[in-house]
Amino acid sequence: MKKFFEKIIEKIILLNGFACILFVILIFFFLAKDGLALFKVSSPIQFFFGLLWNPLAEPPQYGIVPLLLGSIMVTLGAIAISVPLGLACAIFIGEIAPRWMREILKAGVELLAAIPSIVIGFIGMTMLAPFVKNLFGLPTGLTALTGSIALAFMAIPTIVSIMEDAITAVPRTYKEGSLALGATHWQTIYRVTIPAASSGIVASIMLGIGRVIGETMAVMMITGNASVIPHSLLQPVRTMTATIAAEMGETVIGSDHYFALFAVGLVLFAITFVINFFADMALHQQKK
Amino acid sequence: MKRKALSLMCLSVLFTYAAMPAAYAARDMIQIKGSDTMVNLGQAWAEEFMMQNPEASIAVTGGGSGTGMAALISGTCDIAESSREIKDQEMEAAHKNGHDVHEFIVAVDAIAVVVHPSNPVKQLTIEQLSGIYTGKIKNWNELGGKDQKILALSRERNSGTHVYFLEEVVRMGVEKGPEQFAPEVLMLPSSQAIISEVSQSETAIGYVGLGYVSDRVHIPAIALSNQGPFVSPTLETTMDKSYPLSRSLLFYTGREPEGTVKNFIDFVLSEEGQEIVRIMDFVPLR
Amino acid sequence: MKPQTKQKIAFTCLGLVAVVVIIPVIVIFVILIDKGISAINWQFLSTMPRMGMRAGGIYPAIMGTVYLVSGTILVALPLGVLAAIYLVEYAKRNWWTRMIEIAIVNLAGVPSVVYGLFGMGFFVIFFKFGASILAGSLTLAIMILPVIITASKEALMSVPHSFREASLALGVSKWQTIRCVVLPNALPGILTGTILGISRAAGETAPILFTVAAFYLPRLPKSIFDQCMALPYHLYVLSTQVPNVKESLQYGTALVLVGMIFLLNLVAIIIRSHMRSKKQW
Repeated sequence: MKKFFEKIIEKIILLNGFACILFVILIFFFLAKDGLALFKVSSPIQFFFGLLWNPLAEPPQYGIVPLLLGSIMVTLGAIAISVPLGLACAIFIGEIAPRWMREILKAGVELLAAIPSIVIGFIGMTMLAPFVKNLFGLPTGLTALTGSIALAFMAIPTIVSIMEDAITAVPRTYKEGSLALGATHWQTIYRVTIPAASSGIVASIMLGIGRVIGETMAVMMITGNASVIPHSLLQPVRTMTATIAAEMGETVIGSDHYFALFAVGLVLFAITFVINFFADMALHQQKK
Repeated sequence: MKRKALSLMCLSVLFTYAAMPAAYAARDMIQIKGSDTMVNLGQAWAEEFMMQNPEASIAVTGGGSGTGMAALISGTCDIAESSREIKDQEMEAAHKNGHDVHEFIVAVDAIAVVVHPSNPVKQLTIEQLSGIYTGKIKNWNELGGKDQKILALSRERNSGTHVYFLEEVVRMGVEKGPEQFAPEVLMLPSSQAIISEVSQSETAIGYVGLGYVSDRVHIPAIALSNQGPFVSPTLETTMDKSYPLSRSLLFYTGREPEGTVKNFIDFVLSEEGQEIVRIMDFVPLR
Repeated sequence: MKPQTKQKIAFTCLGLVAVVVIIPVIVIFVILIDKGISAINWQFLSTMPRMGMRAGGIYPAIMGTVYLVSGTILVALPLGVLAAIYLVEYAKRNWWTRMIEIAIVNLAGVPSVVYGLFGMGFFVIFFKFGASILAGSLTLAIMILPVIITASKEALMSVPHSFREASLALGVSKWQTIRCVVLPNALPGILTGTILGISRAAGETAPILFTVAAFYLPRLPKSIFDQCMALPYHLYVLSTQVPNVKESLQYGTALVLVGMIFLLNLVAIIIRSHMRSKKQW
């Protein structure tokens, strides 16, 4: 009897183990179910290459290009800021900081990660945007750059923690060998440790990108949401995520606009899926 | 103890899974959804009504007039608040779902165009506004102002205010005209954000409901055409319709109102309800 | 320049950068306290909003967040811990296991607004739960599942093999071993993961936008099929939809939210370091 009970438990455990795969498939399926329905009325070429996003026009235009470029622009800006900062921080925490400082810094980075995106959006809107506006003399502070700065600080914890793991995972023999040959600690870091941790570093950048491109509330409040093809960081942009959040409430369930937003969601899911897949492979490689 | 906890957890998870096809709990709460412009007004009405009728229960949710319409069509609200009239397709969709749409005008609102206090432009025609928002007019000096590029701000597409502005101003009254908001126009998530931006930015122009204006911005007078008259939005000019951009604020229901919903709508249309309209900086019906 | 000098300069720069990275945490907290503390009093935390949110308190938003988070943990904890048990104790190193790991990484990376879309399409519409605490909690549960699984995995893996071997050698069955020997020792790590999951679920806005959040509810929800208010959505509403709100009310709401989350995270951090120093093995 006990054996039977145990077998049931083990079956339940097995099911739970595979639950995650099930959820990923479910998410993809439900996004695709409604997202691909768009292509019954609107051609895929128009969607993927259309330069205008104007759901209220007659006829409505569902071109994802301005949204995609908006997301990419904000992401690139955020990565440009967060990767150098994150790398420096990770090196410091992993290699240089004394024990007590390390704990404080790690706790600090964790708290940074914990700040909800709505709060970052709120502070960004009330303080960062006017600051950027005055600094660059812009007509408005609601720009891609403002979004990039705010998002950089949201991505840094992800980047720092994975980079730091990668750096501390480098075998001590490498470092000791280098030091034995007369190199300074710093020389060892940038000539030996970092290159050895490179696939972990690459993975962290990819996961940082994934984090930023998927951010919604902060960008919705501080990037201005103008569906232009962006020329520079100092102008308002409209991201895919903000578009979904802002326009979803308005659509009638089952309308073309509804399907179009699901299609945008599907594109987002596909992008983050690919990024996470390759990041995981890079991490897996590093562990070997 | 741990075994009990684990089994309890498993049971609750199972219960949740099992409850899926189960009872759709009867709701005795009136659901009001829709216009962000009206959401505060709706809440003020709800608060007062519930104080006078303690057994009533009203929930108010925003999201834009479009959200309200969507909810009306899907049958997930009792009253849809809207700052624009229901569109033909929406009416059709509602009828297809078996809803008998009723419309009630509950208040009046004016759309005020707002600019920075330092902006010398004091009056604008509808045609000029259309030019600004379609991107034809790019610089303030074309309107008699300073030599500065115009920064046009708008509400997001889910907003009834946006749709109203699109049809009455950008398309100059032609509902399905060809004009569009230019891609450069910023779409801000709320009237609050527009006021905030305009008050800080010398070159900005935006539009908000009268209830949202503050003394941090200036309001140019608007005219239908160059001959004038150029009218500023006030309580009086909105009520007598001399201000060109005045619009009705509406309730839509999916059936003939009855019971608490009917009482609520009667309250809204009464003297007391209309006084609340005035307090909330909107324009009462009379 | 001597290599030692170069090193000194480099290390100082790196140290400065590390401090710069941490500064926003402190700055944000200081700003929120400075502008929001005046609004915090017992009334604020325990009464309903009045006058169109411009006065009164945020009690229903706090309670709504509590309900949502409770529902989320009720679902995500058993699911996550059992999944972690499978991965650590039962799974063989084969292709299937790799797929599960990839799935977990992916679930962790899905944008929060996509969860909102999924939650709407799946729970609100397909299962006909409507916008409800049930739909919101289930959506959030799937979202924090990776957090719980990863933390539980690490906790389980940190229990030494010798514990398991000793138990099995005594004739105890595998499941019994897990239940009575491994799990209790992994509990602090699982607890840490749970707390981090709670803190994440409490702060998210996008997933609850279309699945549960309401602008204003006159009373607390009576069942899991009701909508509820929530702190992050309330902050969004106060800062964008309600005109002429006192600044201190907005910052006060943000302060309550951030305060709650920081507290949760600090507890998790303390448990973790306490656990690390107290380990008997």
